[in-house]
Amino acid sequence: MSEEDDEIILSELSDEDLVNQMFDDLYDGLKDEIVEGTNILLERGWTPYKVLTEALVGGMKIVGEDFRDGILFVPEVLLAAGAMKAGMGVLKPLLAETGAKTIGKMVIGTVKGDIHDIGKNLVGMMMEGAGFEIIDIGINNPVEKYLETLEREQADILGMSALLTTTMPYMKVVIDTMKEKGIRDDYIVLVGGAPLNEEFGRAIGADAYCRDAAVAVETAKDFIARKHNQRVGGQA
Amino acid sequence: MTLTDRALTETGLAPAGDGRLLVIACGALAREILALKESGGWDHMDLACLPAILHNRPDRIPPAVEAAVVENRGAYESIFVAYADCGTGGQLAEVCARLGVEMLEGPHCYAFYEGNAAFAARDEIDAFYLTDFLARQFEAFVIKPLGLDRHPELKEMYFGNYRSLVYQAQTDDPALTEKARAAAEYLGLEFERRPTGYGELSRDLKRIAARRP
Repeated sequence: MSEEDDEIILSELSDEDLVNQMFDDLYDGLKDEIVEGTNILLERGWTPYKVLTEALVGGMKIVGEDFRDGILFVPEVLLAAGAMKAGMGVLKPLLAETGAKTIGKMVIGTVKGDIHDIGKNLVGMMMEGAGFEIIDIGINNPVEKYLETLEREQADILGMSALLTTTMPYMKVVIDTMKEKGIRDDYIVLVGGAPLNEEFGRAIGADAYCRDAAVAVETAKDFIARKHNQRVGGQA
Repeated sequence: MTLTDRALTETGLAPAGDGRLLVIACGALAREILALKESGGWDHMDLACLPAILHNRPDRIPPAVEAAVVENRGAYESIFVAYADCGTGGQLAEVCARLGVEMLEGPHCYAFYEGNAAFAARDEIDAFYLTDFLARQFEAFVIKPLGLDRHPELKEMYFGNYRSLVYQAQTDDPALTEKARAAAEYLGLEFERRPTGYGELSRDLKRIAARRP
């Protein structure tokens, strides 16, 4: 069989086969194919939200699971993330146009002294894909930057990331400052990064340690739902 | 005994089985420790190394060190662990305290080579460090695990926030300096060669060796 015969024409696939093919293409980090698949689904009348959740987030979920199970490694995850980002580039303006309501707002950044932002960027992207609004304050953030952004943006969640064992204690500085100012309980505080663990998260007073981007999304959804339920309960 | 950097990276080094003091070290420190041992005439010191590549999965270092200590403790009068924290977030220190063995101070080898206090005072958050070993093993430690051999386009994602590559030279080796310089160039970073010698590794091993069990 010639190479030409092997070529898959995305536009000729059924919706179901196309989504499955996009899962494969995301897995293989194929940006152009993801953009093409995204556009085809939109042309077929899929809403931007449906494309995002069913094709892109669905595909990244598989990538995340295989990363967790040691089947995929960081380079492959980054390539997949790059492909998802390309697809989101198509969807983002459309999602904004449709005024889709966000689940919650998260301020996210790496802590003072830490320039390693790969994990933070992955979390930000997956959170965005799950319907959160992300205010990314970048790298090397002092406590003041976190707090002023939380207040200005009226955020729900603070996400802090660190790769170094020398910088991760700064997360406690931020949380302690929030306590001193009496604002700690106004926010859900999630922390993550390679050298962290659950015990560390608990010890510094975070609401949760998230071991990867998928866990961060589920944890954030869970806390937002609890917050919502508390509000509803309080009004009853 | 023939030491290869590849073996030190991937499999480590088994102890020779002689001596009363065993140093359990990262493979990245093997040549340096053997050089210190020779110059100090520490015949009572034996060396076992764990694979240096464990550094790419720091969570695996504490259990590997624990297994090595448990396996060897019956055969030696004392054991010293030549690892710093090495990204274990204090877990290696906990293991060593529980086993009653000493370890090196500091966060990483590039901190104790320079001197932990001096290193911390620099506060160089945007410097990427190479030691002699890492300069020789740049391919095995950086290029391949990060997938840059297959996907050089990821370089910016990994190193975009770094400004410089600091080569901490333990020895004066022009060929190695050129290798480190080439690594900096490849990553698009400014290059600095910083001679450190063996730093606090030398100080601490001298102290341990002087005890002569």
